[in-house]
Amino acid sequence: MVETVVDVHDLSRSFGGKTALDGVSFRATAGHVHGLMGANGAGKTTLLKHLLGLLRATTGSVRVFGVDPVRDPVGVLARTGYLSEERELPEWMSVDELMRYSQAFHPGWDASYARELLDTFALDPAKKIKELSKGMRAQAGLIAAVAHRPELLILDEPSSGLDAVVRRDILDAIVRTVADDGRTVIFSSHLLDEVERMSDHVTLIHQGRVALSGVLDDVRGAYRRSRLRFLDPFDRPPVIDTALAIEGSGRSWSVIHSGSLDQFRHSVSARGGEIVETRDATLEEIFLARAGRSRSQMEAA
Amino acid sequence: MDITINLTDGVPIYRQIINQVKYLVASGLLQPGEELPPIRTLALQLKVTPNTIVKAYGDLENAGVVHKRRGSGTFVSEERPQLAIRERRRVIGQRIDALLAEAHQLSFDADDILRMVRERQAAMGEATAEPTRKEKK
Repeated sequence: MVETVVDVHDLSRSFGGKTALDGVSFRATAGHVHGLMGANGAGKTTLLKHLLGLLRATTGSVRVFGVDPVRDPVGVLARTGYLSEERELPEWMSVDELMRYSQAFHPGWDASYARELLDTFALDPAKKIKELSKGMRAQAGLIAAVAHRPELLILDEPSSGLDAVVRRDILDAIVRTVADDGRTVIFSSHLLDEVERMSDHVTLIHQGRVALSGVLDDVRGAYRRSRLRFLDPFDRPPVIDTALAIEGSGRSWSVIHSGSLDQFRHSVSARGGEIVETRDATLEEIFLARAGRSRSQMEAA
Repeated sequence: MDITINLTDGVPIYRQIINQVKYLVASGLLQPGEELPPIRTLALQLKVTPNTIVKAYGDLENAGVVHKRRGSGTFVSEERPQLAIRERRRVIGQRIDALLAEAHQLSFDADDILRMVRERQAAMGEATAEPTRKEKK
């Protein structure tokens, strides 16, 4: 039986009449990496802030380690590490002061791990936070988030605006968190290759709703990309059952589709076409099919 | 261990790892009894979730390619010939398919290709002689 660390049920939230989250349910299980995908403004950060007790649920419920993070913030935050997208850090402190400040909040602080990471990142402990580059701020924030070896690590767009070297440091921290003692990671990212590499479970949030959620391999296995060839050319995309996105021209079209391949093949041949090639869709193709082009189709419908 | 992850062709990452370990074993780049990298090490190297490595190693164990030793690590199995032949055929088969497709595009038939393969082999001479003897043992 896999332990549930985060359980969000039917969460809705709006800001000044604008809906940010609309009936979101989300579960995170222990020992897994959970990737959150979605366009900017889709609601990822709003969801993560609810997990930390920084926002109160308007409707629905949020449980982290079985408790409501708004009612028991200390109980949740003591066991959680968090790196925010804005990396709000106390500007006036030195790196070393930030370490001691974080340590004071976390009895489980592992000073030798913090020291090791400072060395790896070549961060100067005497330097003031406000003097740090963007990449160094992310590294300092990351140490503060992971050095108490939290049971739950939450990273909001950790790679945003960072170069390849610092992105690698962040991914290493995720791997270590999970590999060392089966702890849990939730991270949001707009970099789909990162989500695909790092996630055991993925959730796609689109316009405040969960558009897609599941074990990555199941999600990947549920969608295919097929290249089609038709006897007669089409001026506009041919209508095919189970097709989520289609592009191409004339006799050649590429389709992202879900459901049974037989049914799809049948629908294609009914339009006078055949499948030239078919393979599992990539995460990016699935993302675009569910949260990209489909939007205009949904609005038109 | 030399493994490359490619996210553009739609093959799941754990499947890519399985295929490449099988290839490394089939080609002799991983020897029987040799230890595979620990899960954490390979996850850090490939920048993938450790659970993907766990899954790939588990499937490789079920397929008899590797075995786990309690309290130590994951090792390439000793009994490899049967798998190796099948795997070697699969790898070469893919290359042949690609070659035949290209040959067809350029208007060569299979007999032309066979003749050209022999010509190339003769031209390479000694270079191919040694591995051929090795395979026969």
